[in-house]
Amino acid sequence: MSGQAPEPVAVLETPIHVDYSFTAGLAQSRFLKGLAEGRFLGQRCPRCKKVYVPPRGSCPTDGVPTTDEVELGNTGTVTTYCVVNVPFQGQAIEIPYICAQILLDGANLAFMGLIQEVPADQVRMGMRVEAVWVAPDELGPTMSSVKYFRPNGEPDADYETFAEYL
Amino acid sequence: MSSPPVAVVSFAQSPQVRREDHRNEVEMLMPVIEEVFSNIKVTKDDMGFVCSGSSDYLVGAPFSFVSALDAVGVWPPMRESHVEMDGAWALYEAWTMLLSGDVETALVYSFGRSSPGELAKILALQLDPYYLAPLWPDPPALAALQARALIDAGKADEEEFATVAARSRRDARANPFAQVSSDRTTAELMAEPYVVSPLRRHALPPITDGVAAIVLAAGDRATELCERPAWISGMDHRIETHALGARDLTVSESTGLAARGAGVDRDATVDVAELHAPFAHQELILREALALGPEVSVNPSGGALAANAVMVAGLIRIGEAAKRVMDGSARRALGHATSGPCLQQNLVCALSAERPSGGR
Amino acid sequence: MGERCAVIGVGQTKHAAKREDVSIAGLVREAAERALEDAELSWADIDAVVIGKAPDMFEGVMMPELYLAPALGAVGKPMVRVHTAGSVGGSTAIVAAHLVTSGLHRRVLTVAFEKQSDSDAMWALSVPQPFSAPLLAGAGGYFAPIIRAYMRRSGAPDHIGILVAVKDRKQALKNPYAHLHMEDISFETVRDSIMLWDPIRYLETCPSSDGAAAMVLADETAAAASPRPPAWVHGMAMRSEPTMFAGRDQVNPKAGRDCAADVYAQAGITDPRGEIDVAEVYVPFSWYEPMWLENLGFAPEGEGWKLTDSGATALDGGDIPWNCSGGVLSSNPIGASGMLRFLEVAMQVRGQAGEHQVDGVRRALGHAYGGGSQFFSMWVLGDDKP
Repeated sequence: MSGQAPEPVAVLETPIHVDYSFTAGLAQSRFLKGLAEGRFLGQRCPRCKKVYVPPRGSCPTDGVPTTDEVELGNTGTVTTYCVVNVPFQGQAIEIPYICAQILLDGANLAFMGLIQEVPADQVRMGMRVEAVWVAPDELGPTMSSVKYFRPNGEPDADYETFAEYL
Repeated sequence: MSSPPVAVVSFAQSPQVRREDHRNEVEMLMPVIEEVFSNIKVTKDDMGFVCSGSSDYLVGAPFSFVSALDAVGVWPPMRESHVEMDGAWALYEAWTMLLSGDVETALVYSFGRSSPGELAKILALQLDPYYLAPLWPDPPALAALQARALIDAGKADEEEFATVAARSRRDARANPFAQVSSDRTTAELMAEPYVVSPLRRHALPPITDGVAAIVLAAGDRATELCERPAWISGMDHRIETHALGARDLTVSESTGLAARGAGVDRDATVDVAELHAPFAHQELILREALALGPEVSVNPSGGALAANAVMVAGLIRIGEAAKRVMDGSARRALGHATSGPCLQQNLVCALSAERPSGGR
Repeated sequence: MGERCAVIGVGQTKHAAKREDVSIAGLVREAAERALEDAELSWADIDAVVIGKAPDMFEGVMMPELYLAPALGAVGKPMVRVHTAGSVGGSTAIVAAHLVTSGLHRRVLTVAFEKQSDSDAMWALSVPQPFSAPLLAGAGGYFAPIIRAYMRRSGAPDHIGILVAVKDRKQALKNPYAHLHMEDISFETVRDSIMLWDPIRYLETCPSSDGAAAMVLADETAAAASPRPPAWVHGMAMRSEPTMFAGRDQVNPKAGRDCAADVYAQAGITDPRGEIDVAEVYVPFSWYEPMWLENLGFAPEGEGWKLTDSGATALDGGDIPWNCSGGVLSSNPIGASGMLRFLEVAMQVRGQAGEHQVDGVRRALGHAYGGGSQFFSMWVLGDDKP
């Protein structure tokens, strides 16, 4: 026995690999199938009449199923945004770039989207944008069917029209 | 200060199935929450507290309880909490809230899909991350160690395991929510090959997707909402050491302690006991720990051998026990939930048709 | 609220980016033993254990309380595991307090921890979900647009966030347990740090830490026997709202306002700025200080930034010091971060905060939030029995 304490074991690696099969759900399946056709399909709450896209099957405030399907257009408004300057794992886009909350016309909830075809410092709250889809033969039941959003040239929306969606 | 007694006033569950292919968690929960409310003609706005139980690892996503909340619609904002445990412990948390007098009603729910991932592998991640998990022992293997210890101690034999399984699956035929039911004799089951010796297929629980919900109410609110509330006369839960080698696996000390804490003992026997015994031999251990005599109806629902949605099956035991009190078929009932390998942690909820004088 | 409840012991670890010198059990035990020592109690005196942490994937252990039971002296006792996202440290303390206020238990040990370095926490936060949008922005990308919305609404000047980042890091220098001890922190170093998610700069974000926090909560009898002054719970509350819904105000969430109103009503507080002596508030990005000043009623809507700008929230000379410990901006073991807020105010009320102690604290607010600013937990502690 030597008088010296052994080097402590500080790190033990245990790789964990678990496969899951994921269930999108009824409402999200409808939405994803819409994406495969180049369409945004939302759902309206029968109680509060708000339109959710992507739909999740329930109205988050009323807790009831959202049953009526609503097709939304291709245009919307940037409600707020951030400029991403940080590289992180899994990132697919060259920095800096704009990540924005986009409120599709007719929807009552904004979702996160990428803004391209405009310099980062020219993006602003209220900017009008349109979805740019991948080529028809590349469309699939995935959010990747939307390449990004770009300015559509319309004048900016008034702050009041989207202030409650911030 | 004496707190008002608390009761289960409504219970609902989804069909317990091998694999829910189409609906996501929110879509599974919505009809069940709707039913647990409509049973007693209330809405979410009547609830003082919401508490849920579930596990991120089962879903395969962090914060999975967050989106599940959309099934309730917590708006305007509500008092709400979540345990990363079986829903039975969510019910316990809600009970302490009601006993504190802060609120007088609570919705408790849990969701568990065991089918999306590799369940046996996922549950191995519950083990000591340094010494046990890297070896990936799965629950059937650990349960088999326990069953072997039971046999070696001369306390039970394989035929008794099969008898438990045969009775459970037979009883499950009367349970419309059960996943597995059959009418097979002990002898037929004994002819099955081993999955992990000494456990044959019948001694193992099914893999189940399911959800469940309960409404609790305190004091007079309970009698307003429900003709025969299932009053909680006591509830307690205890945990044992994680080191299997340091436990006598043939007994369940924590169940015994929890039963005493909940006021269940030989002098206050129950008519019905719903025991969360995922493996057939565990029912024998639990019966002994709870000192249940032959007159007690055990697992009339079929128990966890008929459906075992992880994170939900314990809450369902309390719901099934409460149901027998609410429908008048039992005066006193007991619901039990377990967690961890080889019955490491156990909860006992004692239910009674008689309104206790105080809450605990 | 049922029976009275008080904090009679507190303990926390030294927080650091990587605590490779301890196992998960060693980490939680370090905090728990300090809490017991502070309360002059032994493991046998504890009736029940309530533990909280954020997602299990942060360490790669499912329901780690099962493995931690013996390390926390829980064998043969009740043990509950709470998970309410970022607010979990606060919610865990509240669940533990209910075990006392319900009259079920006399002394409850509550513990919260995160050992993020054991797994890949960024990975755990961003497990790709099939069918959903590819991850576009990273963690701060969620909060940056909300901060931009706050700046627009309030007209707050750009330097406010920098002030908070500097203040909290300076205060952390007085807290020996804090993860970040940035001796050379200054307005310029924060201003010149890289803009990660415009408008959030690198030094305006919280670190990622390993750490644990623990408290012993007691009923009236046990508090009377406690060797050190108890910090009494005057009010506690939790509130949640959905993550996303039409018209949701994420800058000034209603759940936060309702939770504060509830806790103030319980504590009999009508003027938070005037009646609360010190607050520990969950501020993971600098801009959340002015936002929460408004949400918690310390300033009218749109004017929180003016309080920050005037130095009112500084330990040194402010009338309502916030985050004297250095806050989440200086130590962020996620699951424990909320409990650290609850624990730090107990230390302030009990006069044991050392160099970052505020003189004569009689009432203090602890605050935690999580998810997409949707889960809130708060308590108000006081030096007098309510």
